[in-house]
Amino acid sequence: MDKVEGQQHPIGIYLKIWGWLFVLSTASYLVDYFQIESYLRWSLIVLFMLLKAGLIVAVFMHMLWERLALMYAITVPPLLVVVLMILMAFEGDYTFLTRLVFFGATS
Amino acid sequence: MVEHSQTATGDDLARPDGWDGIVADWSSDQRTFKNVPWGKAMMWIFLLSDTFIFSCFLISYMTVRMSTVVPWPDASQVFALSFGGEPIPLILIAIMTFILISSSGTMAMAVNFGYRRDRVKSAVLMLATAAFGATFVGMQAFEWTKLIMEGVRPWGNPWGAPQFGSSFFMITGFHGFHVSVGVLFLILIARKVWRGDFDRNTRGFFTSRKGNYEVVEIMGLYWHFVDLVWVFIFAFFYLW
Repeated sequence: MDKVEGQQHPIGIYLKIWGWLFVLSTASYLVDYFQIESYLRWSLIVLFMLLKAGLIVAVFMHMLWERLALMYAITVPPLLVVVLMILMAFEGDYTFLTRLVFFGATS
Repeated sequence: MVEHSQTATGDDLARPDGWDGIVADWSSDQRTFKNVPWGKAMMWIFLLSDTFIFSCFLISYMTVRMSTVVPWPDASQVFALSFGGEPIPLILIAIMTFILISSSGTMAMAVNFGYRRDRVKSAVLMLATAAFGATFVGMQAFEWTKLIMEGVRPWGNPWGAPQFGSSFFMITGFHGFHVSVGVLFLILIARKVWRGDFDRNTRGFFTSRKGNYEVVEIMGLYWHFVDLVWVFIFAFFYLW
């Protein structure tokens, strides 16, 4: 027996996800086009980004149909990146304040 | 005379799901990742490590952008393009995004047709993916040329914070390199599929191993990852 441990799904689901990715990309482009600013801008950008990333990983990369052992082994470690991001945000903020104190605002 | 009949007793028991499944899969000397060929598990682990590399780039970009006292150049204007009339903000990047998403769509379908043993459709879709990828890299080369002509350097640019250039070249350069490598591998694997190597158990030229259509899915994982990284670059570098 030819044993191929593959994933087989109807083709329609890929076309649907493709369509959604187009819609979400257009939406995030429109955020820039209409010059939405500040917190609304950032939260919309992150929202559309996470939705797109989720669709790609879940359906295109078939993560939705894998066993939890693989799903968690791959998706949990990247959460550590958030820790690094928070640490570096503190660091960046500190550097910014230090520059203001020692060099003054240049403009 | 005694009748002998065979009963299959060696079938695997159904594996538990949920948390019990995680514990069962990870415990006691055994292959952890069930229902997944080793090549696919290894590709996932490679992609995990690549995630950390790109995260480091994006986080260092965040750090320099937060810490500069000089205003950051407005990506919306920097990447605007005019087609004879008013410049349209960020239009080139938007087109590049749609091209990369389309390439992901064709790749997903190539994987699907590969498992259906429809080798011609699978190969053609993979070549279409490669063509989209090459177009993307071409547009990126155009974008780099345009910015370099306008005076963007890793150490400075005409519009503001000098760190803009180094972040831009590093992040998009590394991503473009991933796309380029992906295009080459897509062409290689499309050729194998086209020839029917996986239907005839042909041994590979380099590894002397027999391949099968799992290779197409593994290639697909890599390609979707490249698209995935672009989603984050688009959000954080171009739109933020």
